[in-house]
Amino acid sequence: MSDTPETRRIVIEPVTRVEGHGKVTILLDDEAKVKQARLHIVEFRGFERFIQGRPFWELPVLVQRLCGICPVSHHLAAAKAVDGIVGVDTLTPTALKMRLLMHHGQFLQSHALHFFHLSSPDLLFGFDADVNERNVIGVAAKYPELAKQGILLRKYGQEIIKATAGKKIHGTGAIPGGVNKNLSLEERDQLLSDIDQIMEWASGAVTLAKDYTLEHLDDLSGFGSFESNHLSIVRSDGAYEIYDGGLRAQDAEGNIIFDHVENEKYDEYLAEEVRSWTYMKFPFIKEIGPEEGWYRVGPLARVNNCDFFDTPEAEKECKEFKGLTDGKPNNITMAYHWARMIELLHSAEKIQELLDDSDLQGEDLVVTGERRDEAVGVIEAPRGTLFHHYRVNEDDQVTMANLIVSTTSNNEPMNRAVQKVAEDYLSGVPEITEGLLNHVEVAIRAYDPCLSCATHAMGQMPLIVELMDRQGRIVDRKIKG
Amino acid sequence: MEKVVTFLLDGEVIQGQEGQSIMQAADEAGKYIPRLCAHKDLTPHGSCRICTVLVNGRPQSACTQPIADGILVESETPKVNQLRTDIIDMLFVEGNHFCMFCEKSGSCELQALAYRFGITAPKYPYQFPQRDVDASHPDIFLDRNRCVLCGRCVRASKEVDGKNVFQFVGRGVEKRIAVNSEQGLKGTDAEVMDKAISVCPVGAILKKRVGYAVPVGRRLYDHQPIGTASEEETTE
Repeated sequence: MSDTPETRRIVIEPVTRVEGHGKVTILLDDEAKVKQARLHIVEFRGFERFIQGRPFWELPVLVQRLCGICPVSHHLAAAKAVDGIVGVDTLTPTALKMRLLMHHGQFLQSHALHFFHLSSPDLLFGFDADVNERNVIGVAAKYPELAKQGILLRKYGQEIIKATAGKKIHGTGAIPGGVNKNLSLEERDQLLSDIDQIMEWASGAVTLAKDYTLEHLDDLSGFGSFESNHLSIVRSDGAYEIYDGGLRAQDAEGNIIFDHVENEKYDEYLAEEVRSWTYMKFPFIKEIGPEEGWYRVGPLARVNNCDFFDTPEAEKECKEFKGLTDGKPNNITMAYHWARMIELLHSAEKIQELLDDSDLQGEDLVVTGERRDEAVGVIEAPRGTLFHHYRVNEDDQVTMANLIVSTTSNNEPMNRAVQKVAEDYLSGVPEITEGLLNHVEVAIRAYDPCLSCATHAMGQMPLIVELMDRQGRIVDRKIKG
Repeated sequence: MEKVVTFLLDGEVIQGQEGQSIMQAADEAGKYIPRLCAHKDLTPHGSCRICTVLVNGRPQSACTQPIADGILVESETPKVNQLRTDIIDMLFVEGNHFCMFCEKSGSCELQALAYRFGITAPKYPYQFPQRDVDASHPDIFLDRNRCVLCGRCVRASKEVDGKNVFQFVGRGVEKRIAVNSEQGLKGTDAEVMDKAISVCPVGAILKKRVGYAVPVGRRLYDHQPIGTASEEETTE
């Protein structure tokens, strides 16, 4: 290492155990104090541009290719927008419930994937445990029953998606004004045969996340945490909602900023800022401005924002969650995991409720209406509020698309979390170890970001850490495979 | 009474009527020969060469080559199928075929042929040609990105619909399907129920707003490869 005074730049690239591809840069000053820490999104997808000219009915199937983990979210957000284009505001009961079932199947599989496959190694082994053990294979070896539950919970969610969309990934279930299939009795009975087990495992997952959070509360309360605004949709009666509701935003103290905002008016309340060092934009609440108006989305924001869950088990857990902060918004970043598992339980309950509903066997699948030129579809994706906004010309071609993807809304929060963890754990430390760097990734992982929403990682995903002097020369380099 | 013609197809004795093509005689005998530009209701074109067979050792298109007594026809052989596979491979990279969001996926003859021949990834580099779409017609969408220049629409428009909506323009790699109006499809007398609209083997000519109405699992080739059942099941 050089003896001259130097600014050190540490790069974590790619960030591991997240969806998509991103990197973190950390700048240390002469005294090894963190000057700046940033999460960069280094992929450029271009969907908003290249779907221009395509016929609008392609949208739900085309744009879901944004993601391999949560395609259902894009599928349904686009489908809701396209419903608007074909002039349909109310679906048939069968169509609505098929979409809801698909959506809850997606929440179940996506949340299970994140908690068990991606995050559990950090929680079970410790943030700086031996990296050879701190991975999903390590979890399978030491906690085989837990690993099995994670895999089978995810599988069940995917089976729900297959039954409603035709395929486990990138199906075609939602079409303009409705759906293209109902749920056969055979499909229903197959899914019902496993639901009790799924409920039990989902319940156990909440307990695991809750117990972990409460046992480590002293450490976790400040870990990458900060006060923030929270945004989500809620049902008209304030209930937790993920498919159709008005926008609600509240500040860190629980003061409502806006409530029950119609989806179509989202751009009157929200705006996006562009920064030169990342491909991901920075959304914010207009009336507060970009400096203070950024907000969190996803499980933490949704559980914070809702007045109640309309399923008994999730409501019971929600009350306990809210009790920790006396009913005020919980701003602990690591509480995302607990909130996420409450949502997983709620989705399991909803799936059970829907499977018992004979409307799913109805034959009335599609309605039509009077054609419109513009529409907005807003839903809650597993990672947060998702906006799809389209304009269409008289020839049925898309002329404008604006997508605010869930992870985008968490851009500023993730950067704040990275900055905070870097300051707390890396500042003034003589040797930056892999375990210390993983603390930064743990904070990012709490948000379950889908950094490209999503690119499939192929092959090895090495973590490269480079130490550079102020001229940009690499003076030290570490790679983990 | 028409004369019976006897020939060998892959070592099997086949009898057909004089004047039939090898494809017609094979179809009647229940022997599928892969095809793309050929369609049972249209005059054979012989352009795609997917139906290439070896007749006494020489490559011929089965849709245009008449049967003759005593000829030896090779179809399902590794050598012939490799020729077909290469053609399909080239068709995929010559256009812009994005099966993942194409509404014809699952019922597309080009895609089905690729599956039949075990093509899972492109062998040649993508050409990414710049091609136009024509969305001007109220009920018909023309996407030249997916056109394989089979000419079915050209023939169907003339032969069945009695119109002249589609025609080829350009040569070589510049060859495109054109419509008979400077205003695009909306300026032609094309109608959504025309044969020319329904015979497209790929997702190039589509009825608007149909999209993905048929769920995955109930599409034409979801459960069996093209050519498994009778030719009646291919695109009408």
